[in-house]
Amino acid sequence: MEILNLKGTEDTPTILLDKKNGIFEISGRSLPEDSAEFYTPVIEWINAYASDPNSSTEFAIKLEYFNTASSKLILDVLSALEEVKGIKVFWYFHDDDEDMEEAGQEFSELVEIPFEFKTY
Amino acid sequence: MNFIYDLHRTMMSQKLILVYDGDFTQETTKSILAMAERNLDSSGEDSGIKRKVFNVMVEALQNIVKHSSEQGTQAGSLVSRSAIFMISKDDKRYCVLTGNPILKGKAVLLTSNLNELNSKDKDGLKEMYKEIIKNTQISEKGGAGLGFVDMARKSGEKLEFTFSDMDAEYDFFCLKVNISREKE
Repeated sequence: MEILNLKGTEDTPTILLDKKNGIFEISGRSLPEDSAEFYTPVIEWINAYASDPNSSTEFAIKLEYFNTASSKLILDVLSALEEVKGIKVFWYFHDDDEDMEEAGQEFSELVEIPFEFKTY
Repeated sequence: MNFIYDLHRTMMSQKLILVYDGDFTQETTKSILAMAERNLDSSGEDSGIKRKVFNVMVEALQNIVKHSSEQGTQAGSLVSRSAIFMISKDDKRYCVLTGNPILKGKAVLLTSNLNELNSKDKDGLKEMYKEIIKNTQISEKGGAGLGFVDMARKSGEKLEFTFSDMDAEYDFFCLKVNISREKE
């Protein structure tokens, strides 16, 4: 499967989805002008991956900030991940960022995926 | 040219640290955010408060960007696309202040939405956020319908708003979002 590698900018996150090396990560800032357009290739990649996933998948979400339009798309990403067998989401938040911790908890209540919370 | 000094004095008396008036796009949004962020960094503001201010700024700015596309049908008129964005800071709080034209027909719905938001407590807003995010679709304008709910949650205070009469078609919508500088 091809690697999806998007370099982060001041308003879009860094995304690396690499089946072969088992690296699945979204990090940085997410406030794109068109969040639906930005996340479409990510969701398509996950949908394709779900048909033949690795035996376990650790998906890291390490966002420093995201806007509300992105939050809807992050939920769509998580919903796509529900179809991946052996999925686990690692939700990272800065140790003094209660809002980001709470956001992760809310997402974990909206999807049927195991979440692990980690600080950085 | 007295207006220059008058404007300067207004900015001082209202404790405004940033004012932008004009056309709003994603590019201007990024520039304004970068400027405001530098200002918050150099003042050594607490990182939690800084994040909340940044958060409210993004939602407020992107609201204006999205809704300014509704205007422009009357090119050249005062009602075209011009909006205003400001941040004020005193010892107790930051305020994110915005003003933009809005169709009178939409003002009614917006008023009832904002009043509903303001009637909710912290848990009520959280429930509302979860309800909307589960059921919403991203609109053509790119919004999730969550901006005001998120601003209310990050602020922790009521959203203040007024409408001023512009002409037969438009009102000028003014919004004030407070972010306390005193830690909880």
